[in-house]
Amino acid sequence: MDANQLDLLKKIMELEFACQDLNLYLDTHPEDQKALQDYNYYSGQLAMLKQQYSQYYGPLMVFGHCQSQYPWKWVEDPWPWEIEY
Amino acid sequence: MWVYEKKLQYPAKVCKPDIKMAKYLIAQYGGPDGELAAALRYQTQRFVMPTGRSKAILTDIATEELAHLEIIATLVFKLLKGVPAEVLKREGLGEYYVEHDRTPFYVDTTGMLWSAAYIQAKGDPIADLHEDMAAEEKARSTYEHLINLTDDPCVKDTLRFLREREIVHFQRFGETLVHIQEYLQSKRYF
Repeated sequence: MDANQLDLLKKIMELEFACQDLNLYLDTHPEDQKALQDYNYYSGQLAMLKQQYSQYYGPLMVFGHCQSQYPWKWVEDPWPWEIEY
Repeated sequence: MWVYEKKLQYPAKVCKPDIKMAKYLIAQYGGPDGELAAALRYQTQRFVMPTGRSKAILTDIATEELAHLEIIATLVFKLLKGVPAEVLKREGLGEYYVEHDRTPFYVDTTGMLWSAAYIQAKGDPIADLHEDMAAEEKARSTYEHLINLTDDPCVKDTLRFLREREIVHFQRFGETLVHIQEYLQSKRYF
């Protein structure tokens, strides 16, 4: 995996982690407006980066969540456990 | 349903192969307080939770545990990468190699197969949430033992992340327990 791809992937991992941690917090504090604002902000950022990543490097998710260029990019290596982070 | 994402939740790095550490880490793959046990425990307990919040937290933490399972598998896979069979044998993984080669498998450090007997689902939200809080503390403790057993800074970094998540989960389950207690109280008086 080239440095640009890894860099973008790591940014996505960071943003998604922020969303995920806020998600758990919101599950037990659904009326915290500030946390919800943060969640919505980061999820917007995340969607943009994921769109960008999918365009260049193939889908991060399948089952209809991302489109793929020809040929079907999902089957391309590396898989997450094969990446040198 | 669940949808796979072609990414890890957190980078899983190893600085060098380490057979002994792979053998210890398998505790968090298929051991009694490991990630498989956690994911399956929460995933099935959620069906009889009485409130939206409690169903949400069990669903979301179960899902995160599956991501942790993948991180542990990645560490084990990388720690054993390229290690010859004779070295695996010398370091105590000969029996493991016979059955699984270098595939991460659902066993504990002694080779005992994962069992559903590790988890419970009482159908009682108070009992289940107490079990879940205890499970998170036991997993935190296991991660601390694992951190003490390695001098690899890459492995330590990933294990520290996983340890911190156990603390966050404990906190969220605690908040959910208070919420359920209040909910059950409020049902008693109309």
